[in-house]
Amino acid sequence: MSTIVATLATDRARRPRAALTALLAVAVAVGAPFYFAPFQVFQLTMVLVYAVALAGLNLLVGFGGQISLGHGAFFAAGAYTAAVMLDRYDTGHLATLPVAAAGCFLLGLGFGVPALRLRGLYLALVTLSFAVFLPPLLKRLEPVTGGSMGLTVDKLQPPAWSGLAEDQWMYFVALTVAAVALLLARNLLRSRAGRALLAVRDNESAAEVMGVRLSLHKTLAFAWSALFAGVSGCVYTWVIGYVSPDSFSFVLSITLLAGLVVGGLASLYGPLLGAAFVMYVPSWAQDISDAAPGVVFGLLIIVVMFVAPTGLAGLVGRLRSLAARRPTRTTPAPDRTPESAPDTDATSASESSAPPTPADPAPADAEPVGAPPRTEKE
Amino acid sequence: MSTVTELLQQVVEGVGSGAVYASLALALVLIHRFTGIVNFAQGELAMISTYVAWQLVASGMSFWLALPVTLAVSFAGGMLIERLVIRPVQNAPELTMVIVTVGLFIFVNAMAGLIWSFTVKDFPQPFPDGGIDLAGVRVDWSTLGIIAVVAVVMGLLYLLFQHTSVGLVMRAVACNPASARLSGIRVGRVLMLGWGLAATVGAVSGVLVAPLLFLEPNMMGGVLIYAFAAATLGGFDSPVGAVVGGLLVGVAETLAGAYVDVIGADLKVGVPLVTILAVLLVRPQGLFGRAAVERA
Repeated sequence: MSTIVATLATDRARRPRAALTALLAVAVAVGAPFYFAPFQVFQLTMVLVYAVALAGLNLLVGFGGQISLGHGAFFAAGAYTAAVMLDRYDTGHLATLPVAAAGCFLLGLGFGVPALRLRGLYLALVTLSFAVFLPPLLKRLEPVTGGSMGLTVDKLQPPAWSGLAEDQWMYFVALTVAAVALLLARNLLRSRAGRALLAVRDNESAAEVMGVRLSLHKTLAFAWSALFAGVSGCVYTWVIGYVSPDSFSFVLSITLLAGLVVGGLASLYGPLLGAAFVMYVPSWAQDISDAAPGVVFGLLIIVVMFVAPTGLAGLVGRLRSLAARRPTRTTPAPDRTPESAPDTDATSASESSAPPTPADPAPADAEPVGAPPRTEKE
Repeated sequence: MSTVTELLQQVVEGVGSGAVYASLALALVLIHRFTGIVNFAQGELAMISTYVAWQLVASGMSFWLALPVTLAVSFAGGMLIERLVIRPVQNAPELTMVIVTVGLFIFVNAMAGLIWSFTVKDFPQPFPDGGIDLAGVRVDWSTLGIIAVVAVVMGLLYLLFQHTSVGLVMRAVACNPASARLSGIRVGRVLMLGWGLAATVGAVSGVLVAPLLFLEPNMMGGVLIYAFAAATLGGFDSPVGAVVGGLLVGVAETLAGAYVDVIGADLKVGVPLVTILAVLLVRPQGLFGRAAVERA
């Protein structure tokens, strides 16, 4: 009983704290472009752009348990949709976003159908070979895509009323898109479709018995995930103003997956950490040598899989719960002597033992990678 | 040159490149049989083995002496990787294992770039120039050599698996690890052996393909996709299937590049994609594979 009371108390105590954190985050996010130099603002913008793609990949890999080594292809599809529309039809920037989103949604839907019959390894094979195939295809479709020269289009220009510089305006646009995308991903996971997706990931057979339509939800996961990647690619074109087949080689797909794994699979803010990783680590490591980013990336992926399968995001949660667990072992159980236990200990104890409340994102963060093995290996 | 000879010429060239795909596919199949995973880093392991061979030759060793040394190094390297990288995630979900091998892919690729730089290197051609003329179809010695080497590797693997006690033990582990362990087999060591063998077979494919493609860290990326297609076509648990699949994919690729205008030389890489998709949709177990029966 007292645990419940304690939970309610911490929940009530946590709400203003959470609101404060959110407010602080918003303040930092809004203030950043006025504080940093234009190049740094550009880098932050790119982090936000990648975060959208990673949020989409997370829906598929982290929450859906399906593997994609070809998400760079959807990213490229979104980027090229925007570039071609701007280049040939001169529709303003804003018009390209819904088209890229819808186009990639359909593309993902189309890809999701064969994906139904492929699981695990085979899906990884097909998506990887798709990612390898795309750049030569883009080069071939020269009349539309500009071939290997690529397309140069206008960057997003700030409207006169805003009084912002180009980099600041693009940052705010990317921030808006990323915020909407992350919120959408969060809400999607709490909807009927999201719960169905988690059920499918954790145990396909059980989910099917419960009445979840496997084919529908697995295909939809692919489609949503492709939509996010497409939107991300579209904003990429707005920010960079240039697309070429070589920017979307299969290395991009692998980098996206690597970023997500390091950031934290099946975590809500893992994509943000992963995107920062994808953006900054290569540029830091590049100073050492051309090959250094790959060495760091590859090593980190393996190490993360060994020691922290929940990625950076999960690491924070794990450390917190580890710190929380320590004192409870030494102090008496809080529900027997709630008064004698120090206040902080009672809070942390209830944090680790309390049943997950639906409004709490932590359980999703703390979940292990992917699904538990579907079928026991003999 | 008549149309028929031209076609035969293309087929011969297809078989030549198919033999290389077959040997890498063989490495993939070996690992899949033993550990149930598809090793995305297989091509990169072959590439780094090829660099070892190049380094030995560049430091003055003769090619035919450098080859066995390279194979031995690859064997040891494969065993080491199984022990250090794969064993800890042996019982993890499939997703984790795929990600680990992808991590290995990135790491090995970058390490090769770090050590030997990304500039293209000339790899010595072990086979003599020229060739023989069979009814108007020209067969290069190098093509014949590649086919012969892959055939020898196949034969040795067959002898190892079917006619030695080590092979019997390895088959037992591939068939049923738990049962093998209960009958006293050190399963861990056998798995290391399997990875060592796979790395060696992969190294052969790297050394064979290097004179044709030139040596650079991204050399095996394309070959790997073809090997995937070959293994999928033949069935991921069938060594014979891997070889047949490799030859078929090689011929299909060459013919598609030569005769289908839409595809041409640049879109040939679409052939493995289509092959993989078609096989998985029509006959997921591949030509020679056994259909997996799964108890949910």
